[in-house]
Amino acid sequence: MHASINWLKDYIDFSWTAEELAHRLTMAGIAIEGVEQVGDDTVLALDLTPNRGDCLGIINLAREVAALNGQDLSLPEIAIKETRESIDDYIKVEIAAPDLCPRYTARLVKNVKIKPSPPWMQARLQSCGVRPINNVVDVTNYVMLECNQPLHAFDYDLLSDAKTIIVRRAQAGESITTLDGVDRELNQEALLITDNGRPVALAGIMGGQNTEIGDQTVNVLLESAYFENIGIRKTSRLVGLRSDSSIRFEKGTDVNGVIIAVNRAASLLQELADAEVVAGVADCYPQPVAEKQVLLRPARVNYLLGTELSSEQVKGYISSLRFSYMNQGDDLLVRVPSYRPDINQEVDLIEEVARLHGYENIPAQLPCGIATQGRLTELQKFRDRLRNIMSASFYEAITYSFVSARHFDALRLSPDSPLRQVVALSNPLSEEQSIMRTLILPGLLETVSRNLARKNSNLSFFEMGSVYYPCPPGQPQEVLKVAAVVAGRTEPGWLKSDFEMDFYYLKGIVENLFNSLGIQGVEWKECQDPSYHPGRSAWLTSGDAVIGVLGEIHPVVRQNYDIKPRVCAMELDVIRMFELSSLKVMKESIPRYPAVERDLAIVVREDLPAAEAENLIRQRGGELLRSVAIFDVYTGEQVAAGSKSLAYKMTFQSAHRTLTEAEVNGLMEDIRSALCSELQASVR
Amino acid sequence: MIDTLTRIKEGAEQNINRAEDFETLNEVRVKILGRKGEITQVLRGLKDLDPSQKVEVGRLANEVKDGLEKLIEAKTQQLKARQLEMALHSERLDITLPGRPVQAGAQHPISRVADQIKAIFTGMGFTVAEGPEVELDYYNFEALNVPRDHPARDMQDTFYITEDMLLRTHTSPVQVRTMEKMAPQLPVKIIVPGRVYRKDDDATHSPMFHQIEGLLIDERITFANLKAMLMLFAQQIFDAGVKVRYRPSFFPFTEPSAEMDISCVNCGGQGCRVCKQTGWLEILGAGMVHPRVLEYGGYDPEKHTGFAFGMGIERIAMLKYQINDMRLLFDNDKRFLQQF
Repeated sequence: MHASINWLKDYIDFSWTAEELAHRLTMAGIAIEGVEQVGDDTVLALDLTPNRGDCLGIINLAREVAALNGQDLSLPEIAIKETRESIDDYIKVEIAAPDLCPRYTARLVKNVKIKPSPPWMQARLQSCGVRPINNVVDVTNYVMLECNQPLHAFDYDLLSDAKTIIVRRAQAGESITTLDGVDRELNQEALLITDNGRPVALAGIMGGQNTEIGDQTVNVLLESAYFENIGIRKTSRLVGLRSDSSIRFEKGTDVNGVIIAVNRAASLLQELADAEVVAGVADCYPQPVAEKQVLLRPARVNYLLGTELSSEQVKGYISSLRFSYMNQGDDLLVRVPSYRPDINQEVDLIEEVARLHGYENIPAQLPCGIATQGRLTELQKFRDRLRNIMSASFYEAITYSFVSARHFDALRLSPDSPLRQVVALSNPLSEEQSIMRTLILPGLLETVSRNLARKNSNLSFFEMGSVYYPCPPGQPQEVLKVAAVVAGRTEPGWLKSDFEMDFYYLKGIVENLFNSLGIQGVEWKECQDPSYHPGRSAWLTSGDAVIGVLGEIHPVVRQNYDIKPRVCAMELDVIRMFELSSLKVMKESIPRYPAVERDLAIVVREDLPAAEAENLIRQRGGELLRSVAIFDVYTGEQVAAGSKSLAYKMTFQSAHRTLTEAEVNGLMEDIRSALCSELQASVR
Repeated sequence: MIDTLTRIKEGAEQNINRAEDFETLNEVRVKILGRKGEITQVLRGLKDLDPSQKVEVGRLANEVKDGLEKLIEAKTQQLKARQLEMALHSERLDITLPGRPVQAGAQHPISRVADQIKAIFTGMGFTVAEGPEVELDYYNFEALNVPRDHPARDMQDTFYITEDMLLRTHTSPVQVRTMEKMAPQLPVKIIVPGRVYRKDDDATHSPMFHQIEGLLIDERITFANLKAMLMLFAQQIFDAGVKVRYRPSFFPFTEPSAEMDISCVNCGGQGCRVCKQTGWLEILGAGMVHPRVLEYGGYDPEKHTGFAFGMGIERIAMLKYQINDMRLLFDNDKRFLQQF
């Protein structure tokens, strides 16, 4: 919305420059986002908040200026010479839907001379961004911009002979061709202005083509009505049409302003179109809206704002708005004018006082109350710690929570995979962002793909965020996951110590992560996740619970994402990890008695999972076996085909005594024989 | 005899001083002090001397022996020191070569800024609350004083799941959820970080972004408190010299409502491209909790007052790190992420 300063000055005197005025208004809550010179006029670009639709009218804007500088308003004088006829002889008005249209008024002007409006009016319309058409249409627009009351002009002679306007709801499937030539189909929530059953205007939004003002128009019926904002908003959305009129009705207009506006228009037409104004206004107003009275307690103003305003100051601000009030002890019973539909309760008036007093004049003071502990929950601390540890090895990525369903095919998910059950958006921006993700993986694979396409190599990313599982009819389950991807080698350097970020690299990071977070007892199980390489992926489990998956991405999936190098990824459930973690710092005291180290190399069949050998060693070693570490895995000429050699370093130690050679030898013998008998191992 | 000793001493001293390595020094030692060494010979010959000479020569011989031993020891230390010095010299590195690369990573600027904001407010006694991203219309709008078909719904273009379920357009629903849980306990003092969604996609808007919301409800919370606390926040997150101003604004869930501007962090308030020549940058919206929202949350607006505020984390991150294009934040290009 644009407001002409020349026009504004018709109603209020001020000595501020346009920039000063813009600043004053902005600091009082009427945001001006630009000041522009248009011909000999200066135009303010208003960025109004939705509650201040009243300022779409220049007169109401002038009221704001008056409240700021204390000057008097001079409102336009309306002088009409009415004919001796009566409006009742020309038109009848009925409202069949008073909930959507509480008031409908009409005036008739006769024998208009259709011609261009005078240059001063055209200039003002243009500076407010409205295209001049002819004197009749221009006058209705001019009055709308001035009074914030949309008007409509019908060609009276194109109405049927019944000359009865009925305001009613549309019937299902009923349609109207609006002034812009578009045929608009309506539903039963839409409001129509009808004449003898025939729609002649889409109420509050746009007139109908059938009664449009044209060069031949002689007699004009002026409509000035008050439509409820919600109805207008619904219909405007339904037909996809927002007009200067509908915008104003949506924000709320003045139910008592309709008469002034229609009279103002009639007087202008008398002046500019030589119109004869028929006496009287057809006014259908079945249930007059009661005047709003709101109690304002100056003590409450200070209580909420932290100010020390006197009663007199509070009254002064209310008076500067031209709101009248009655004193009730220390308090004010304020009569709220109907052009301010945004003011309904005390706090609305407190805001008026605050903004007129100036936010800059309210003191700044820290609250004094009971001291509170600001702290994080254990889970929040755990998440922060997890994020910090991950950030040491991966770059944190943030990908959209909504993705495309085509990812499920790209990830090779089976048709009945539960991960295909999604929360879908009913009005997505695009198919690419149409469902809530059930996996973080696709976002990260796209990230890898995009980076590779840009020649970024050696990639490692992680993301921590929710995935969404539908639980109709309730809200979805939002499950926090941490996912990571790696592709390429570790950062190369002149020392040539880089290596491929493969399965074991990622596994090493996760083991380290679990260690840091105090997560124990995780088992790595063979996994059948279709997105992963069947021989190079694992489910991480603890008891019955699956923590997540880690492995090399399936070559076909890589291909689907246009990724050439091998990629390893993981996706873990953060809450499960949290439940398994115990962050005891000191687990036990450092042993005082010496440790005994023994190495053992065994040859086993090649497909034996190393964890089985280790578990057996631990089991036989008992509590004296403090640690087992594998330090070599070998297949090749030195061992028989189909077998591999595993070499372990074992450390025996007691917390209570020095172990004897014989004791350790005995344990080693147990371990050896168990490996041989149970795993058909041979000792090298 | 005495002359012999003097001669031995002088000759040995010369040889010791001249020795350049342990081998030579050892040769000298063996020659003088060894079992068949010159001094040893002299000491062995003592028994053949007459008693009057025996004492004097013996004393002198031992004196020479002690002196030479000390000299050899000193020389040994000297040679060791030199050897160490040479060894260290030979192990010299080019300290200007880069270090061994450690696999690097970094926190995303958004989560980094979120952490900083959380730290500031937990320092002021706030706790961190969270809520669902797929939210009910009730919590996202209705309980925040935005009834259905209210024009204020136009302020936030919404992604819907069903008629009653949507992607939250702000973190504010957690206000009411927290109040419901806590009422009538006081104070309510939370901040709420999280993802939010609006149906908007252009150079300055992303359909998904992040907000941090704050809420403080107690017996006597005033607009003056809001001003002071948010000013402290601005000074901590940007810098202590930053100036703050508040302008009236409108949010359905607060009244009075305000926008907080800070003096432009780019130009210091002189006016530049970043602040569109105004000298001010809008960074957050705030206000006194609307009485109706307090009622929805189970508090008595006559007795309890509070303030709420909300800001876009992207906005703060872009200003702090001088990021000029919002899309960079969701592009996840390694070359961008590496810089944090």
